Amino acid sequence: MGDPQSPVAGTDGSGPTTGQDRTAGASARTATVTTDSRPPDEHGLGGGGALPRRRAFGAERAFQGLTLTAGLTVLAIIVAIAGFLIAKAVPALGANTANFFTFNGWFPNDAQPRFGIGALAFGTVLSSALALLLAVPVSLGIALYLSHYAPRRLGNALGFLIDLLAAVPSVVFGLWGRDILSGPVRDFSGWLHAHVGWLPFFAGDGPYGSSMLLAALVLAIMVLPIITSLSREVFRQTPQANQEAALALGATKWEMIRTTVLPYGKPGVIAAVMLGLGRALGETIALAMTLGITFTISADLITNGGNTIAANIANAFGEANDVGRGALIASGLVLFAITLLVNIAARAIIHRRREFRETAA
Amino acid sequence: MSTDTLTRPAPTTDTDLRARRLPRYAVPALALAALAVAVAVVRPGDNGGLVLAGAFAGLLHLAGLFAAATAVEGRRRATDRTFSALIHSAFLLAVLPLLSVVWTLVQKGSARLDANFFGTSMNNIGPRDAIGGAYHAIVGTLMQVGVATLITVPLGIAAAIYIVEYGRGRLAATIRFFVDVMTGIPSIVAGLFVLAFWVLVVSPVFNDGRPGFSGFAAALALSVLMLPTIVRSTEEMLRLVPAPLREGAYALGVPKWKTILQVVLPTAAPGIVTGVMLSVARAAGETAPVLLVAGGGAAINFNPFQESQSSLALFVYQQAGDASRYAPDRAWTAALTLVALVLLLTVTAKLLARRNPLSR
Repeated sequence: MGDPQSPVAGTDGSGPTTGQDRTAGASARTATVTTDSRPPDEHGLGGGGALPRRRAFGAERAFQGLTLTAGLTVLAIIVAIAGFLIAKAVPALGANTANFFTFNGWFPNDAQPRFGIGALAFGTVLSSALALLLAVPVSLGIALYLSHYAPRRLGNALGFLIDLLAAVPSVVFGLWGRDILSGPVRDFSGWLHAHVGWLPFFAGDGPYGSSMLLAALVLAIMVLPIITSLSREVFRQTPQANQEAALALGATKWEMIRTTVLPYGKPGVIAAVMLGLGRALGETIALAMTLGITFTISADLITNGGNTIAANIANAFGEANDVGRGALIASGLVLFAITLLVNIAARAIIHRRREFRETAA
Repeated sequence: MSTDTLTRPAPTTDTDLRARRLPRYAVPALALAALAVAVAVVRPGDNGGLVLAGAFAGLLHLAGLFAAATAVEGRRRATDRTFSALIHSAFLLAVLPLLSVVWTLVQKGSARLDANFFGTSMNNIGPRDAIGGAYHAIVGTLMQVGVATLITVPLGIAAAIYIVEYGRGRLAATIRFFVDVMTGIPSIVAGLFVLAFWVLVVSPVFNDGRPGFSGFAAALALSVLMLPTIVRSTEEMLRLVPAPLREGAYALGVPKWKTILQVVLPTAAPGIVTGVMLSVARAAGETAPVLLVAGGGAAINFNPFQESQSSLALFVYQQAGDASRYAPDRAWTAALTLVALVLLLTVTAKLLARRNPLSR
């Protein structure tokens, strides 16, 4: 940006990180370069001769080694996660007498273990997609309200409240969903079935309550704060000049938002949605408490039933034997892979966004 | 495609210099009418019907508003009004569940807010006993989160120092990337990892071959979840430390490691503390990993390395699934305690962040 040293800092960050260094980081790198270009002191340039020699063993090296070890630990943990999960999953997968990807059911504790991820993966994707479908429009609305409609002080205070909503543990949402929300959802399901029952989603004729719909609603409430707070940040960063230009051309407030704020915030919003998706896919306890556990693949949203990979791990863990644990770990591995892909995609989008912002500034 | 709306000639209704506006009373009147129609159609008898009637009334109000505004003010202003109403109602829609959660927590959670709840465990409490509490779970939460913090804070800060101060090139980029990846690991996967690594493989060595479900295992799982958040927040804070501070120290002949420990870290300390507190709050509320590896015993256990432990979040889950008629009260009171603990940490952390001179 305005930092004259940034080309120097840019040379050492190879590949994709270059765009991520912000001004402060860039100058931190500059400081590194300054100290490390010390060797000229052999040539007696300036007062460099008075500086202590670089020692092979000493506090500096020890400290650097210590921090390097800590950094490498992060890599080691990731490798260990993948390694141990695979090591425990492979024997169970070998003992499986049914097809892991197509079988609908979970009987890994039998003498002839049979288990399959099909219905679970379907439930995971369906609940997350439904939750996003419900949460994204609402959270974008809230984000716009907080950034452009509410008075500034009120917007800040309410934004703080929304952030607190993100801190509420998922088990509390699960309990609330099961004890409080399931009543209205049961009534609503009955109403839906009576009036739009010809749609395959609402075809089930009861019992209602602990259904995919309830789970998706609870999940939507849980991902809402994540999407809201990130979107609000990007919406607030829309250049003031663009907004004023739109208004000066006679745009109404909504036209201003549609032509300046939304296009500017689009990559940020996409990234926020992906992060919300990552959270929704991995959510365990709230779903284990709100879904009525069944192993079926059906489009029916209102009848009791449904299951997800994570909820199944929490529910089936108690009575799992050795193969059972391996089977659960195998399903966890699938979940890990799915969330990994989603998160990497989200980070890639945020990444591109940062570069864009820096070149545009 | 989006800019051509601005260049399009104004609709004919706007030719008047002072465009006609909806009268002030129109919006509340429309709302009342919508509510009346909705109540007449849905006929709310019980709680769920009320919600349904409210939602229906909201939709009717929006449609009515759009129609009225189109007739009087023209298309563009009508769209503007509708979206403004939609955005406001989106906010209302999100506040409702929040209020409901808070209200239920306080109302149902106060049922067992007594000394017995905070002073006893669930050991030897049968389904017919009205007493029994969460003392063991509170002890478990504090110990697990405490041990996890002891593990993560030094590790996370050191890793962040490496990334910001020493790391360069491919290795630092890789570590950064995998910290990001780690942020997205579902908590249940962290639990499964500790199950596969510590409980089933490493701990049987010290435990006569039996799997070692323990508070320490839960602390390990929580560490996996806390580490990336702490690294990220510390990294952000270290980057915000002004370069002249570092350069001043270097100019005085202070070696780099001492500069980091005595100049950079103290400057960034408030921000780092905020990050740590937020991640502790998140870890305290985690249920899934604790469920898999802690064992969830009902007795008070002060030793995280031996025998099973419970935690507050796990206690809520256990009591919620319990058939005893006294269990729901215990679950809600434990949930209230947990939320109070988590929010206390979060609010303190955010207030600290506001007073942080380094904040952006």
